[in-house]
Amino acid sequence: MSAPAHVPIDDQPLAQPHGTPAGAQATFWPAVWLIAGGAFTLLWLYGEPVAKWAFKVPRDWQIPAKRWIGDFMRWLVEDASLGLFTFTDLTRFIADLVDIPYRFVLGLLSTGLLDGRGSSAEEVLPPLSWIAVTGLLMLLGHYAGGRRLALLVGACFGFLAVFGQWDNAMITLASILIAVPVGVGLGLLLGLAGHRWHPVEAALRPVLDLMQTVPVFAYLVPILFLFGFGPTSAIVATIIYALPPMTRISLLALRQVPKEVRELGRMTGCSRRQMTWRILVPTAMPGLMVGVNQVIMLSLNMVIIASMIGAGGLGFEVLSALRRLDIGAGFEAGLAIVALAIALDRLSQAFARKGRRHAQSAGHEQGAGLGGGLWRRHPHTVAAIALVIFSLAAGLLSAPLQRYPEALQLSSGTLGSDLVGWINVNFFDQLEAAKNLLLLNVLIPFKRFLLSLPWIGVVALLGLCGLRLGGWRLGLSVALLAALIALTGQWPKAMVTVYLCGISVVIAALIGIPIGIVAAERERLWKGVEIVIDTLQTLPSFVYLMPAVMLFRVGDFTAMIAVVAYAIAPAIRYTAHGLRQVDPQLVEAGVVAGATRWQLLTRIKLKLTLPEILLGLNQTIMLALSMLVITALVGTRDLGQEVYIALTKADTGRGLVAGLAVAFIAIIADRLIAAGAARTRARLGLTPS
Amino acid sequence: MSPHSAHPCAPARPVKLECRSVWKLFGAGAPHYALDRPDAADSAALAEAGLVGAVRDVNLGVAEGEIFVIMGLSGSGKSTLVRCLSRLVEPTSGQILLNGENLLAANARRMIEIRRHHMGMVFQHFALLPHLTVLGNVAFPLEVQGVARAAREDRARAMIELVGLGGREMFFPRELSGGQQQRVGIARSLAVEPELWFLDEPFSALDPLIRREMQDEFIRLQSVLKKTIVFITHDFDEAIRLADRIAIMKDGKVVQIGTPEELVLAPADDYVAEFTRGVSRAKVVRAVSLMVPYPGEAEEAASGPTVAANAPVAEAAPLFAAGQAEVTVIDGSGQPLGILTRAAVVDVMMRG
Repeated sequence: MSAPAHVPIDDQPLAQPHGTPAGAQATFWPAVWLIAGGAFTLLWLYGEPVAKWAFKVPRDWQIPAKRWIGDFMRWLVEDASLGLFTFTDLTRFIADLVDIPYRFVLGLLSTGLLDGRGSSAEEVLPPLSWIAVTGLLMLLGHYAGGRRLALLVGACFGFLAVFGQWDNAMITLASILIAVPVGVGLGLLLGLAGHRWHPVEAALRPVLDLMQTVPVFAYLVPILFLFGFGPTSAIVATIIYALPPMTRISLLALRQVPKEVRELGRMTGCSRRQMTWRILVPTAMPGLMVGVNQVIMLSLNMVIIASMIGAGGLGFEVLSALRRLDIGAGFEAGLAIVALAIALDRLSQAFARKGRRHAQSAGHEQGAGLGGGLWRRHPHTVAAIALVIFSLAAGLLSAPLQRYPEALQLSSGTLGSDLVGWINVNFFDQLEAAKNLLLLNVLIPFKRFLLSLPWIGVVALLGLCGLRLGGWRLGLSVALLAALIALTGQWPKAMVTVYLCGISVVIAALIGIPIGIVAAERERLWKGVEIVIDTLQTLPSFVYLMPAVMLFRVGDFTAMIAVVAYAIAPAIRYTAHGLRQVDPQLVEAGVVAGATRWQLLTRIKLKLTLPEILLGLNQTIMLALSMLVITALVGTRDLGQEVYIALTKADTGRGLVAGLAVAFIAIIADRLIAAGAARTRARLGLTPS
Repeated sequence: MSPHSAHPCAPARPVKLECRSVWKLFGAGAPHYALDRPDAADSAALAEAGLVGAVRDVNLGVAEGEIFVIMGLSGSGKSTLVRCLSRLVEPTSGQILLNGENLLAANARRMIEIRRHHMGMVFQHFALLPHLTVLGNVAFPLEVQGVARAAREDRARAMIELVGLGGREMFFPRELSGGQQQRVGIARSLAVEPELWFLDEPFSALDPLIRREMQDEFIRLQSVLKKTIVFITHDFDEAIRLADRIAIMKDGKVVQIGTPEELVLAPADDYVAEFTRGVSRAKVVRAVSLMVPYPGEAEEAASGPTVAANAPVAEAAPLFAAGQAEVTVIDGSGQPLGILTRAAVVDVMMRG
């Protein structure tokens, strides 16, 4: 399960109850909307000749944010000093610090442990053979989840070996093995700090919001400047990307530790440290494990993007294949990432779920000798050590046991290309017709419409929505964020982003919500659907791009297809989840009152599920926005492209400004929808979940 | 049939824990609220100041070895009061004296010291640590103190044995039933041999049958341990069953303090009377309250059936089944104190 751009909604102010009597309320707001809508339409239709500034932000109004950020970055890299050493010294030091364990893990998995650097290096110890790595992970799977998980993990790693992706996969795995513990540790520490000191939490929230909504591309450039090109800076980028959800989940899990358990800690006289490490963290562990899973999945999601700043491995393979449009090779490396993702996801989920049980019948241990006792008590550890020793010895004797023999490798490369070729030959006209129909009748008109809107009017309307849904603070902040997008000169590109995102979300909702409704009431179907959407969310976002490009070539339509495919999962999940949570007594009340199935669905269930569906939509929007930036690779013309161009030109200011604009769009959508959901919940008398 | 105000068989025991005009107010202006004005405890005055009075001017004393039950409905402030006693909640004002030492004047270090060695607490929802075994949970308070592994595990095993969970030391909490989990909670709270034992609605989360069983278990434990106990409950029957004395709370104030018998026979107001209405008097009124003085020489051994002075009348009733007209009431050492007549017993039984 991964939901990269999860922005929580718990800190939203609820709608303030108004003092005005209900009667006045009923006529007041419709009137306001009517007047606002009228004014907006008038401005839109007739305003252009009168007030040109309302449509296009005048040059001298613009905030030179790009230049400011660029200058700041230059200062940071060239001049900033912390007394004894410069800021760059510090970042390079951190990079070296990350590099040491990375080299070690990489040595274990791929290059062998070396003495010295470069070509003069001597191999001290060969790397773990493919059999050893696969075997170790299978043992881990058996320990955490039994035989079935062991087989699944074995199959995934077998796939890597058989399809010739082993070496690249090990490079990727090495960087993940470094990024995940660091990300988890830092996230937990931040969470603990926020939990203990309220000001820290208050300061963390907006930072986390931005970290999760600014597209990764935007901060690749500064990282590149500060940490240099190579695997370490890729790991740093991955950690930054994966940190926010871990921090949030830590905060949440710590807050959910029951009050009585804290009181127990105080009553037994725990010191602060004992309270944290003996009471809070262990009790919050199941929640924290969900965070670990998230970090793993997000790290895998970053694999391809990280390869842009030198991560190497599978990500680089996909990226270079995508650049030369070698669909077959790209697809295979993409599948290898998926295999890695599935294996690690299921492993970490199994660890999260693994309930502790008491040791079975203690009597067994007695009688057996010391060795036998060790074997009984720690069968997995003993087996792992035996496996490593055995495979090392075997690897020295026989090469195929060390490296998977090339002669036995398979490739589906031509298969994928052939399939696509076949579809394109036989269905080209139909595909093309469908694409053009949608482009001409929906996409392009909608885009033109959005681009023609006066920015000042949109800002005002958004502010009004915020005011209505969540009070004046929300209204003001939403309007301010929207105005900032315009004043930094990003308005037209932002509108293209809104158009692509909007269309994709509508389509995802139109497909996803009905699927959710149908699946919610059929237990077996839901099980199947759940597996499918779990898998969909496990896949790195780039994977969606490839089949779309194969079938529709580059352009907005392709981007839209990829975004829809990537973002549909939460629409299905939240709808079905919400429907399944409706109080059965209410449904029974409906049945007793003689409601038909259709009436039950529309009058009771869907009404009560509305807040949940809204939250699903919110998640869909967040995923769509994060995917949109990636679709810049297939030639969209939105903020994502701006960020991507900035990346290729190493222009920090340009990238960050466009990236922040994306973040602002995400935050505006999130806050408005969350406030709307909270209002609906309050109206329905449901407690916020 | 006059109600006795003092417990005849209980020697005057020293006060272990004393609570002097303890207040806990919630709200922004709590520190500045004048507590000494005459109407300070009135709900109206508090509401005007924007405060909630969770505990208002509570005075009580718990004697050594006594089971002191604080009974009240939800929102009456009983949980807040018990948390004030252990300083889990910081009282707004007042004094809490444990063996004469004012806890509210103790610094953080001293408080940790007191909690580690002098107090134990049982929680409503057990508050077991999910990652530790039964043994680990029970040994936890000792582990926090830094007691060596062997010593703390020995002690923990003894406690587990005491609450009847022997053989389940290596189980994890989620593998146990609710009643068993609370036994673990009880064993854990006893591991440090506390002088003062707080039980915060320990049996409320259990099924009625298990609750009854646990109450019996609790009575058995107390007969062995003789701890000073503050027991919180919202269940009046439970209070009657277990208490030496009961304090009834309403809206943060203590309405009445007394033995079960006193509450039933002389409720202070309608609120207390409401609780006692359903209680069978025969189960509360003790033989000593109903007897007439012993006519013969006190040194003479009693003949015929006897009943303990502290036993409720309901326990004496079956003795009359054989047609006796009188039953002798004896004290703890077997000396006759008085005579229980058939007519008096029937009178109490008939009135329900």
